[in-house]
Amino acid sequence: MTDALALAPVETVRPKYIGKPVQRLEDPRLLAGAGRYTADIQLDRMLHLAFVRADQAHAEIRAIDTNAAAAMPGVVAVLTAADFADVADLVATSRMQTYNATHCPLLARDRVRYVGEAVAIVVAADRYRAEDAAAAIAVDYAPLAAAIDPAAALAPGAPQLHPEVPGNLVLEREFRTGDAAAAIAEAAHVVEGTFRLARKSPLAIETRAYVADYDRGRDAITLFSSTQIPGVVRDALASLLHLPGNRLRVVAPDVGGGFGGKGSLYVEEVIVAALARRLERPVKYVGDRLEDLTSTSQGFDEVVEARLGLDAEGRFVALEAEVIGDIGAYSIYPWTAALEPVQVVSFLPGPYRIAAYRGRVRAATTPKPPTGPYRGVGRPMAVFALERLVDMAAVRLGLPPDEIRRRNLVRPEDFPFRIGSGIRWDRSGFLECLDAASVAADLTEFRRRQAEARAAGRWLGIGFASYAELTGIGSRIAVAPGMPINTGSETATIRIDATGAVTATFAMASHGQSLETTLAQIVAEELGVRPQDVAVVQGDTDAAAHGTGTYASRSAVIGGGAAIRATRTLLGKVKAAAALLFDVDPAEVETGDGVIFVPGTNHRIDFADLARAVYSDMAALPHDARATLEAQESFDPRLGTTTSATHLAEVEIDAETLAIRLTRFFVAEDCGRMINPLVVDGQVHGGVVQGIGVALLEELQFDETGQILSASLADYLIPTAAEVPSLGVAHLETELPANPGGFRGMGEGGTIGAPAAIANAVSDAVAHLGVGVATLPITPSKLARLLADNEKE
Amino acid sequence: MSEIDITLTLNGEEVRARAEPRMLASDFLRDRLRCTGTHVGCEHGVCGACTIRLDGVTARACLLFAAQLDGARVDTVEGLGTVRNLHPIQEAFRRHHALQCGFCTPGFLMTVAEILETHPLRTDEEIRDALSGNLCRCTGYEHIVRAVRDLVDARDGVTA
Ligand code: FES
Ligand code: FES
Repeated sequence: MTDALALAPVETVRPKYIGKPVQRLEDPRLLAGAGRYTADIQLDRMLHLAFVRADQAHAEIRAIDTNAAAAMPGVVAVLTAADFADVADLVATSRMQTYNATHCPLLARDRVRYVGEAVAIVVAADRYRAEDAAAAIAVDYAPLAAAIDPAAALAPGAPQLHPEVPGNLVLEREFRTGDAAAAIAEAAHVVEGTFRLARKSPLAIETRAYVADYDRGRDAITLFSSTQIPGVVRDALASLLHLPGNRLRVVAPDVGGGFGGKGSLYVEEVIVAALARRLERPVKYVGDRLEDLTSTSQGFDEVVEARLGLDAEGRFVALEAEVIGDIGAYSIYPWTAALEPVQVVSFLPGPYRIAAYRGRVRAATTPKPPTGPYRGVGRPMAVFALERLVDMAAVRLGLPPDEIRRRNLVRPEDFPFRIGSGIRWDRSGFLECLDAASVAADLTEFRRRQAEARAAGRWLGIGFASYAELTGIGSRIAVAPGMPINTGSETATIRIDATGAVTATFAMASHGQSLETTLAQIVAEELGVRPQDVAVVQGDTDAAAHGTGTYASRSAVIGGGAAIRATRTLLGKVKAAAALLFDVDPAEVETGDGVIFVPGTNHRIDFADLARAVYSDMAALPHDARATLEAQESFDPRLGTTTSATHLAEVEIDAETLAIRLTRFFVAEDCGRMINPLVVDGQVHGGVVQGIGVALLEELQFDETGQILSASLADYLIPTAAEVPSLGVAHLETELPANPGGFRGMGEGGTIGAPAAIANAVSDAVAHLGVGVATLPITPSKLARLLADNEKE
Repeated sequence: MSEIDITLTLNGEEVRARAEPRMLASDFLRDRLRCTGTHVGCEHGVCGACTIRLDGVTARACLLFAAQLDGARVDTVEGLGTVRNLHPIQEAFRRHHALQCGFCTPGFLMTVAEILETHPLRTDEEIRDALSGNLCRCTGYEHIVRAVRDLVDARDGVTA
């Protein structure tokens, strides 16, 4: 079929798509308002839910009066905990020995444990009517004593939140290498501090939303969910609702951001799925912003008491830390409450050589919304505490901030390097990133500008933060300690259909990460087609046997690795079939830009021709050569890859108003081989700006009774374009990690380094006044208090 | 509550639907007129995801009642360009990777459409100020500012 082609033989140099700023394939639909987010879904006969949520932090439910609500127009059902007696509580188990799981009911049973906890539900013909009726439900509460502060919750005799959690202690863990206490006692210098990162909200602009469709004929449920983890949700629903996975489909359609907040299982999605089946009608719930701020998992909330010992030359000798984490009312499914606080002590030694380490963490349950994964998980806190200590030490020893880091960072010859908590760093550009940041900083010139500005009543400050993170974590390391689900592998299925079109299927769930583009780039380059020819299917549990989702900077490394493997297998089949058609050796066949050819000949067909020969044309190939053009391969990196960066911040503080303005931000990072530099930049920018929020704006505040005080976007502030400076990013590529593709994960780093860099910059700006930042966010009023307290002393 | 008739010109086309007077304009556009490109991120006028143009001027659909759209000219993201024929503003957003999850994007596009007509936008700082009523949690704004800078340059005949 090829010899008739009159085309001159063309040597196609296979175009490279990996590493190119390919425009995103998901963009046209999102730009045209043609995306399909969960809240956009409308189904026939659909019912709407509104929740009645606790308005007290810790109270006994004496009675719930639903009569008036049930009689209101449009109301189909009113439900309370008793109506879900057949569904088990959500319990996040762990193999960790010092861990006590909590039992989280779908609806609060006898007690409420945080303001915002779901207590009752109205199902009605539309959301307005559901809310009208919800407002008519009266819940009679008897307030219970509560320890709102985590340290108070751990104190002897504190009121108990859960019978199954003695002393409110959900977990305790310690890491120890060497004798840190002794080393610190003998150290030439010791710096110490108590650092605190406020509780924050992931705050995706899309609130959580769920729509369940019910197929009466098959007794099957399809749940559309704004989730990052459709696979985890499907598996959990199967056991909670006693349905096999083939009658339970969880689809994450377009998802409007997650940042960890959509990375856990929520009672609302179980309820929506269960009700659709019970009522035999589609059911929809879209959370509002108040519900998001009170019932979506929250981030951070730790206090770290730490000391760092140094020798006379400024080399770190030992680090000790005591951490208390406030995990809120329930240990979140599936990650458990260990995820965030344990990561703090696991990552505290950071990218440095510190011989002795002791880090202990205790996590307390308190009557506040549950905490869960949030971009950076544990590391923003760890890096903030350690990098503050590093800068305090630099000041103590009279060393420039870059120099003290240079003396202590893990050097290229030290890799692989095991830090005191047991984490292993592989070669990554620790020093290279620092050097790039230090060139950008130009400290001599900055100190001159700083002195000049100070004379004019403006305080300038500069701050560095160096860190490393583990990304693309394989099955040897649990994302959360002792967690019973495997997050370490991904499977890719790549198929060429009878028309020659390419579909690549994954179990991940993009919610802004551009996976439809970056995975298409990988498949395109490996297979020899164009990215726009590859349709990426993901976010649908029916498409894959197992998978968890997208979180923890895993998708590029693990999904990308699986894509490479599967595409290479498929390419072998393509070449074998083409070789038969061309009557050449498969090794002579090449592909590129949608063409299959043999260089130096006029053997040249496209993928549609090949597909026709394989699937449709009964004469082109011998029967046993008509193998389906499909390949499936998995990838499990076993361990993880090490991503590193140094962040640099400059601030300017108005000496009168104490307004803090971030004037410059620069990131030097090593994320390995970039799949798409535009996408990498976007991830860094977005992460940094969330870090700016952590440092300067975002704080969920609670009063002493556990009432949330920042329950709207007018009270809970996130950065706008006006608060953010232009962001500079330098990508360094040191030796690539030994995984297919050489990718490192990089979705979270921005949020890990920025808070520390900004805290150091603000501390530098006010260093002449004898204060430093130990609590974030730092705001003008908090700064005023710091200065006033300092003056009193 | 009884419903009323609402007639408006939506993206150049006269449409008509019924709604309770208390229904928010954002819900009306999304649920009744089935134009779901206008998103809802807060329902209290802060995030800007619901930004539409009402008689040419940007407005927050979540702060309006459906009844207020009666007789008005309303433009939403669906009126800009199509998937196969994007509007220059949409093209610029795509070129600069100015969207990630895309949830905030329709609101930004409507805001940008207006400020290109009304603001000089001489500096990036002016662009940032003009965009500060729209929240984006994904992009860190950097690429959005670059996209708008490109559009301003094209408008002003400046070659970069
Ligand atoms: S939804 Fe209207 S401003 Fe947020
Ligand atoms: S692109 Fe996700 S909120 Fe802006």
